[in-house]
Amino acid sequence: MNSDSARLRLKTWVCTLIVVFSNAFGNFFMKRGLPESAQLSTPLEYIGALFQPWVALGVVLLIVWQMSRLALLSWADLSYVLPVTSVGYVLVALIGKVMLNEAITDRRWAGIVLIMAGVALVSGGSAPSTTRREAAGSR
Amino acid sequence: MKWILVALMVGTTTAGEVLQAAGMRRHGEIHDFRPGAIGRALAALARNRFVIGSVAAMGISFFAFMKLLSMTDLSFAVPVSAVTYVMETVLAKYLLKERVNGLRWAGAALVICGVTLVSL
Repeated sequence: MNSDSARLRLKTWVCTLIVVFSNAFGNFFMKRGLPESAQLSTPLEYIGALFQPWVALGVVLLIVWQMSRLALLSWADLSYVLPVTSVGYVLVALIGKVMLNEAITDRRWAGIVLIMAGVALVSGGSAPSTTRREAAGSR
Repeated sequence: MKWILVALMVGTTTAGEVLQAAGMRRHGEIHDFRPGAIGRALAALARNRFVIGSVAAMGISFFAFMKLLSMTDLSFAVPVSAVTYVMETVLAKYLLKERVNGLRWAGAALVICGVTLVSL
């Protein structure tokens, strides 16, 4: 359509990609830094854990995630942002399987697929402000 | 213990994200991504009560998630946090006054089923 809606669509796409990847990899690096580490019983141990390199990298990525999500929410409805970012669940499961050797049972995969389907339905094809602005292609 | 952490995380995440959405709606669309403009936007957001509340809630949620991650699989901890979608759908309707139709409710029900499967 006009260049305004094309630009909004591109902006939405780029921002969504950043949201999804920074979240998935942020979670991965947190998990990677945490398992054998501290007991996490006193507040000090929580703070200390933040300074382990992998955890710190995870925290940085999660900060990027929050910032990009805030930006996205400034022009898109929450009920648009939730479903499009739900692809992240599959990404996280794949990361867990491939990079952390987590055993993912069929039942758990089925659950992840249901969650994705559910989150997609939550969008329901209705009324996020990005569609109001004729940029529906970014869905 | 595991489920207490899940409950704490879901509750605080939901509160945080709804406050965040309300705060950003008040702030309005961000369309200028130059560093100076981003700095000004951040300065304005730091005085936005909704955003401040959201950050506090997200902080609690973050440490609960950290503890949960240290105890469980990544592929358990992340999917189970999807319960927040259901809570947020309810709050999007009643607090943010977004339109929630039958499809969205069906979606929320599917999320619940999925989370149940993941956690079995």
